[in-house]
Amino acid sequence: MKPAPSISLAGSYTINGDHLFGPLTIDIPAGQWTCLLGASGIGKSTILRLVLGLKTAGVFSGKITASDGDTLADRISYMAQSDLLLPWLNVRENVVLGARLRGEQPDMLRAGALIERVGLTPHQDKHPSALSGGMRQRAALARTLMEDRPIVLLDEPFSALDASTRADMQELAAEMLAEKTVLLVTHDPAEASRLGHKIVLMSASEAMIWDHPNTAPIRAIDAPETLACQSALLSQLRGQNLEASHETA
Amino acid sequence: MKRLDILWSGIFGVMLWQMIVWITDAPHFILPSPLRVLFAGYDSRALIGEHAIVTATEVFIGLAIGVVLGVLTAIGLAVSPMARRLFLPILVFTQAVPVFALAPILTLWLGYGIGGKIVMTVLIIYFPITSSFYDGLTRVESGLLDLAQTMGATKTQIMRRIRIPSALPSLGSGLRLAAVYAPIGAVIGEWVGSSKGLGYLMLLANGRAKTDLMFASLIVLAIFAVSLHALVGKIADRLDDYSRPSNTDL
Repeated sequence: MKPAPSISLAGSYTINGDHLFGPLTIDIPAGQWTCLLGASGIGKSTILRLVLGLKTAGVFSGKITASDGDTLADRISYMAQSDLLLPWLNVRENVVLGARLRGEQPDMLRAGALIERVGLTPHQDKHPSALSGGMRQRAALARTLMEDRPIVLLDEPFSALDASTRADMQELAAEMLAEKTVLLVTHDPAEASRLGHKIVLMSASEAMIWDHPNTAPIRAIDAPETLACQSALLSQLRGQNLEASHETA
Repeated sequence: MKRLDILWSGIFGVMLWQMIVWITDAPHFILPSPLRVLFAGYDSRALIGEHAIVTATEVFIGLAIGVVLGVLTAIGLAVSPMARRLFLPILVFTQAVPVFALAPILTLWLGYGIGGKIVMTVLIIYFPITSSFYDGLTRVESGLLDLAQTMGATKTQIMRRIRIPSALPSLGSGLRLAAVYAPIGAVIGEWVGSSKGLGYLMLLANGRAKTDLMFASLIVLAIFAVSLHALVGKIADRLDDYSRPSNTDL
């Protein structure tokens, strides 16, 4: 497999003629985690959908390119806030969903190894309804990895989990998605401070690069530099939200 | 509903019926007693059985054809925007026309055999099956469709592996409705013009003032309809279980 490329998005976006964001540029470095933060409704998930090549409600004027010049289609896997496990399939079948959908013969050995890495081997024959939220997200992570694609886009994948499970999942994801180009859309400054090689703070007019802690991810939750970054990010986001509410009023 | 509840409910109904017979003192050709109906049913069991088989055949064939047509139509509508534009208004319009009003025309076109009754049954269940399954096919969680698209699945693969399995509980709801409507369709068809079937036998008995035989036929029809509903309910439950297995052994 070719090494993970970097991605560049430059452009602006309108919905029904109303300007949502841009013109702005977001560079997502190769083989690293880029965390995208911003006020609700600013268009973070839209950015993610644009990179994924999915349909959106508005019009994007600009370019999305990979550093190696190849198209992005077929090189991205995606993990959402909801686990999106099919309720009628068990964990093992869900993990190989991509191959099943495409009508390919799934590599069950590799699936078994990934299920083991996410700690679900004893539960691989169970349906999602028999799993906890954390286990379901681990299954979704294994499914994402099963696609073996160099770029991974994550849309708040841990936000519905309790604090302890979320911390565990962040560590697991950081370990398993190492070397991949990752774009994580998140609301959580603590998550961005722990995981980001690069932190981008998005507003309607710009994508500001935020100073991340000097240590390499994944960072300890209680490390002073993580906490300082989290606190500064939170203040900035609260300021942004306040501005947004004044503009709405 | 528990089986014991059904039994008690049946006993209560029969007792109420008997009480009405006693209180009103109605002649047996107006309102026969339950016992009289039981004897009439037993005496004419071969006759009733022969006609019941005809009605059951119409209902089962009509159900099978209606379900297949409804499922195919729903998939076609879900796949093709052109089909939706052309066909959805027609589908809604056909529901504005009382299907019963078509029974005489069907008899005129298809004669007194079971063909017209099967078509009547198909017509009456086609809409609930189509609309419920189509509803299920279009209400699939959008995240699942996005995920499948990012995985490189084609529209056909998404339909087969995600949309159809997701919509099976909705199809189950349509089947439950169809099981209620199907015997009605067949019997209406028989009333309008036929030489066989429970609907025909009821009309025949009524015309000859054999009210007890008419009641016996009606009860057999009711038992058949309830049994069909229970059988189809089991199938619908299995469709529900397939899509939403409830093994919560956590």
